Amino acid sequence: MNWTKTLRVASVFIVIFVALLLSLPLNEKINLGLDLKGGSQIILECVDTPNAPVDDDAVNRALEIIRNRIDQLGVLEPVIQRQGLRRILVQLPGVEDPETATEIIGKTALLEFKNEDGETQLTGAHLINAKASFDQFSRSIVLIEFDKIGAKEFGEATKNNVGKILSITLDGKEITHPRVDEPILNGNAEITGSFTVDSAKQLALLLRSGSLPVKVEILENRSVEPTLGRDSIAKGIKAGIAGLILTFIFMIIYYKGFGLVADFALVVCMILIIGALAGLKATLTLPGIAGIILTIGMAVDANILIFERIKEELRLEKTFRASIDAGFSKAFNSIFDANVTTLVAAFALLCFGSGPIKGFAVTLSIGILASMFTAIVVTKIILELITNKFSSKALL
Amino acid sequence: MDIFRDKNFNFIKNRKIAYTISAVIILVGLISIIFHGFNFGIDFSGGTLLQLKFDKSVSTAEIRKVFGEFNLSQSTIQKLSENEFVIRTENIDTERRKEILSVLKEKLANPKVLRMETVGPIIGEDLKRLSLYALIFAFIGIILYVTLRFEFKFSVVSILALFHDCLIVLGIFSLLKKEITIQVVAAILTIIGYSVNDTIIILDRLRENIKFKTRETFENLINLSINQTLTRTIFTTLTTIFPILTLYFFGGIILSDFALALLLGMIAGTYSSIFISSPLLIDWNKIFKVHQKGLKINEKKKVKK
Repeated sequence: MNWTKTLRVASVFIVIFVALLLSLPLNEKINLGLDLKGGSQIILECVDTPNAPVDDDAVNRALEIIRNRIDQLGVLEPVIQRQGLRRILVQLPGVEDPETATEIIGKTALLEFKNEDGETQLTGAHLINAKASFDQFSRSIVLIEFDKIGAKEFGEATKNNVGKILSITLDGKEITHPRVDEPILNGNAEITGSFTVDSAKQLALLLRSGSLPVKVEILENRSVEPTLGRDSIAKGIKAGIAGLILTFIFMIIYYKGFGLVADFALVVCMILIIGALAGLKATLTLPGIAGIILTIGMAVDANILIFERIKEELRLEKTFRASIDAGFSKAFNSIFDANVTTLVAAFALLCFGSGPIKGFAVTLSIGILASMFTAIVVTKIILELITNKFSSKALL
Repeated sequence: MDIFRDKNFNFIKNRKIAYTISAVIILVGLISIIFHGFNFGIDFSGGTLLQLKFDKSVSTAEIRKVFGEFNLSQSTIQKLSENEFVIRTENIDTERRKEILSVLKEKLANPKVLRMETVGPIIGEDLKRLSLYALIFAFIGIILYVTLRFEFKFSVVSILALFHDCLIVLGIFSLLKKEITIQVVAAILTIIGYSVNDTIIILDRLRENIKFKTRETFENLINLSINQTLTRTIFTTLTTIFPILTLYFFGGIILSDFALALLLGMIAGTYSSIFISSPLLIDWNKIFKVHQKGLKINEKKKVKK
């Protein structure tokens, strides 16, 4: 082996080593999408109402309130992002009860106190605290506390309605309609209603975090249970391994020693894809797994093109070594063209795709690039190393 | 071992048969698309999908009855196992979902929500628009690339083959009433990128043959090129189909339609590369009265090689 050869072999090993370093241990280095680790993704849109038209500030305030609510839910590593003018993207990894979470996030939570004529006396704008508790009959209640201004307003409202009903509504729906026995001036009140422990806690959380300045609508909500996510990963791995085995067998049967080399290159290709995913901190989604599996099939395409070309050259009675060189150089154009067109399609998906599908575009693109490297460079280096020791008959 | 070595199939002579087969398949598909349209999944049409796992086995009819109580008897209910179902309905909000789940629990068995997707009509429209942009972008990108690398007429036949492949997949999906989901669109985009490969490989060989075998007629050269590349055309598709098949069988329901679209596209793509796109070059020459020897390679492009 001369120097250049040694250098090339070494560089391939370094690439493999770096990829392994980046990707191991897998469960720590690979960033899983919500469809694989479980969780919810919610897209909200702020909508105009006659009382509250949407403006930039309102969307930002809504976002902060939503963030506050999610923090109180105790979700780890949530993503709360503004998207465009009116949309807010919320990702809640591993959330245990997505339905309740969605309910809490999307509620306007406008608390109002109304007199018998249905006129609003005051709102929950001046609340400083709210918590779930129990009354003397151990029924769930929500205790609320107003700030100074709120206490004054509440005092007025109760004073004006002594002996009358002062109903409490949330987003226009009546929770309870107590009779005011005497003015309440200390700014503390309790809301009784037909609460369960959970619904009292939920209301308290909503009131604490404040009402949204504008109405929000849920445009999209995708939730996956963690067990289903794990199941998807297991199925993906099973499909991938089965695909690999089929491809391995086919290549060995048809291309013998060369097939074995292509199979080795394929394994290297898989290592590189996973290393690149980890290195780029890309998110692996279920369609992303499909992209990797698809790459298994596409990666050996280049080797088939090269090997067929080598066979043709051998038929022209060229030497083994010359045939290999000619095979690689003549097949290169086709391989390059073929991969560019697939990359164009993957790029289109990357630009216009959404969420999980982007994951497919990412793994497909990485897969194409990695497979070009392994099928052309890695295969060639190995073949150059072994051609001196074996005859063409033994290998192809 | 060489299965297709020294075979000399006459693809050119029999091209009319292939054209007819393709035309019939595409026509049937188009009729289905025009009259039945597509079964758009909730990604595009909006709606709610629930994947539920009950703690004991229940029947589709029992579930349908409960959904009927909520005026959702039109829902599609897909049975995955004795106690696991995928239910697609119109858009239902959180509150109504909770009610339905509590009624299911009360009357049938305790359902665990494995997957819940609800998509509003606005997002669906957005997604349709974006998918269309992606398709147009990919088509234009590939036309440009093939035109740059080859001659214009090569890119025309490649694009015709692409339309052919997409129409076959879409037509079959419409006929089988298979759902068009975002994954299926991704599959079609992949097919666009991948199925042109086989055509490129044949055209590459044709370009090479034109250069070196100047005595042959254009017709023979095309036939020769298809035959010379037959093994690789079929094997590259075959090796790509292996993992697609394992994805279809083991990958779970979310990916099975994706795999099906890819599978159909790969088969259509290989078929069109061999039987449609290259033979079309002959017809191009006939239609535009290009002399068969008139095919030249652009000198500039040769240098780039």
